[in-house]
Amino acid sequence: MKDTQPLENSSYSTNLPARHRRGNHWQRVFFASTFVGIVALIVLLLNIINSAFGLVAVENTIDPQDLAINDIPIQQLHQTDLVYILENNLSAGLIRRLESETAWENRSREEIYDLVVQRVVEPKVVDTWTLFDSLFYRERITSTLQDDHPEAVLEFRSWLSADFLVNPQSPDPERAGVRTAILGSLWTISITILFSFPMGVGAAIYLEEYATDTPLNRLIQTNINNLAGVPSIIYGMLGLAIFVRVLEKITSGALFGVVDQTTANGRTVLSAGLTLGLLVLPLIIINAQEAIKAVPNSLRQASYGMGATKWQTVWYHVLPNALPGILTGAILAISRAIGETAPLVVVGASTFITFDPKSPFSKFTTLPIQIWQWTARPQDEFRNIAAAAILVLLGLLLTLNAVAVLLRNRYSTRN
Amino acid sequence: MNSTHNEPPRYAIEARNLHIYYDDFLAVKNVDLGIYLNKITAIIGPSGCGKSTVLRAFNRMNELIPSARTEGEISYLGRNIYDPLVDPVEIRRRIGMVFQKPNPFPKSIYENVAWGARINGYRDNMDELVENSLRGAALWEEVKDKLDQNGLSLSGGQQQRLCIARAIAVQPSIILMDEPASALDPIASLKIEELMKDLAQNYTIIVVTHNMQQAARVSDYTAFFNLGENRAGILEEFGETEILFTNPHQQTTEDYITGRFG
Repeated sequence: MKDTQPLENSSYSTNLPARHRRGNHWQRVFFASTFVGIVALIVLLLNIINSAFGLVAVENTIDPQDLAINDIPIQQLHQTDLVYILENNLSAGLIRRLESETAWENRSREEIYDLVVQRVVEPKVVDTWTLFDSLFYRERITSTLQDDHPEAVLEFRSWLSADFLVNPQSPDPERAGVRTAILGSLWTISITILFSFPMGVGAAIYLEEYATDTPLNRLIQTNINNLAGVPSIIYGMLGLAIFVRVLEKITSGALFGVVDQTTANGRTVLSAGLTLGLLVLPLIIINAQEAIKAVPNSLRQASYGMGATKWQTVWYHVLPNALPGILTGAILAISRAIGETAPLVVVGASTFITFDPKSPFSKFTTLPIQIWQWTARPQDEFRNIAAAAILVLLGLLLTLNAVAVLLRNRYSTRN
Repeated sequence: MNSTHNEPPRYAIEARNLHIYYDDFLAVKNVDLGIYLNKITAIIGPSGCGKSTVLRAFNRMNELIPSARTEGEISYLGRNIYDPLVDPVEIRRRIGMVFQKPNPFPKSIYENVAWGARINGYRDNMDELVENSLRGAALWEEVKDKLDQNGLSLSGGQQQRLCIARAIAVQPSIILMDEPASALDPIASLKIEELMKDLAQNYTIIVVTHNMQQAARVSDYTAFFNLGENRAGILEEFGETEILFTNPHQQTTEDYITGRFG
């Protein structure tokens, strides 16, 4: 019916082509918005990858050939000769520290060789290029390198590496890693989940299944809805006031004898986890309420009609049927929590910390804090490792979400 | 049906001075209705006259609607079920319910039947109970080989019979049915009607229906509800189905069953 003739003399206007045109127009608009979103996402990813990989120019502080003893290059030197090189080139203080960590006799030859390369030969990154430049402007890079650093060697580096994952924080960008930050993020998010999931689901069950429609309950409901929109920094202030200050004895672990009363400090993983828990609590409650509301009333009726109590109805029918929805909401909430930075800055995440968090009462840093701190540094290499850390954060987020989605699918097929 | 004339029939449940409100709206006004033991009683009437509301009053299901309020008395086994000392949970086990839309639990067929018994503390052989209940609902032959399949995988009529099996598994004495066949095709609908007649040997059945032929076919007694003043539902006429359908006392009853309104 492309060529629309009026079927008969009628009071309907022949506007079908115009209606189709309008529909197609809107379809293009919707496609365009999706397209813009996808392009933005791709640009973001490319931008991060661009910084996380690329060529670097490495220059040795001491030429390894100068270290050769009797023309034997250091690669082939015996352990005792390597120790001799170390003792001659490093400060007495550093030697003492290295020896007190592990005596020379107890170290393998490879270990000592690595020390020589790291501390004596000391290769330094003197220049870095992005992945894009490395791939397309190789010529120009080689020529500038010859002018600026004739001694330097060009090599391709992935700033995201196994070492990067397991190394603790360090002031030297080439040796810095995200181990401390990953552990800090995992500890914090575990406490957030343990705190906010049961509380949130419990509150949602109460509000949906038990609470009656009174002015007080309506006030509570309105407040929860509004709390979901409060800026996260405000939650940081709340966390600082309550968990760090007022509950310091508990959050520092002093009450349980974990740390000394006099040095107790509430700026711990526990405070951070609870603060993020408060932050996502309204999200979890609202999402769980929606999921519970979506359970058909006929199921509740059927259950009550057979002589089930309220609790049996909630436990056997409402919760299992709402669970996939509840988990979806929780996934979104946890994803938000893991990327939060501002409230943790206020609660007192450490920006430089080299030891792993070992308990809820440890000092901590998290991945977003680490990224934020690195991007603020002036040296180029920090920008590279910040990009690598962003990739790690994305990976961590995807892993957590995948676990949650698997859990959700398991529960929704069980019914 | 003639046998009821010889000996005084016993009431399984009886409503006296029943008023039901939704907030300030009087939905059902002053109903006195005795339901005979092991008989099928049909409740008919135009839309909005409180048929379902009255039905749900018999096992206190109205209490799940926050705005509903019930006044008057419903006596069951010599007690007023609205007595504050009576637990509605216990009442609902003894007075079961089947709903308009088949609503099996999204669980296995076996679990659908066994669940109610289990949560009510049933301790005997569960397999036997499930089989007997499914046989009682004329469903056993169709599902005996797929008891672990999801109840929702059955057809609409089978689902409704599963709901009936589920209801009789908790061994009630009265079964309330709220338009149990209205969502089903005519053949499935007929099966439910036959099943109701079988069930009436052991259970008292109260059925709300929009379908006059169905009421005439299955029920022993019929209660005709109508809209009274201010749209409050009132019991217009109650009697043996045969008499009510052939020789009603009230003009409105005759108008309704002959299809002149409603």
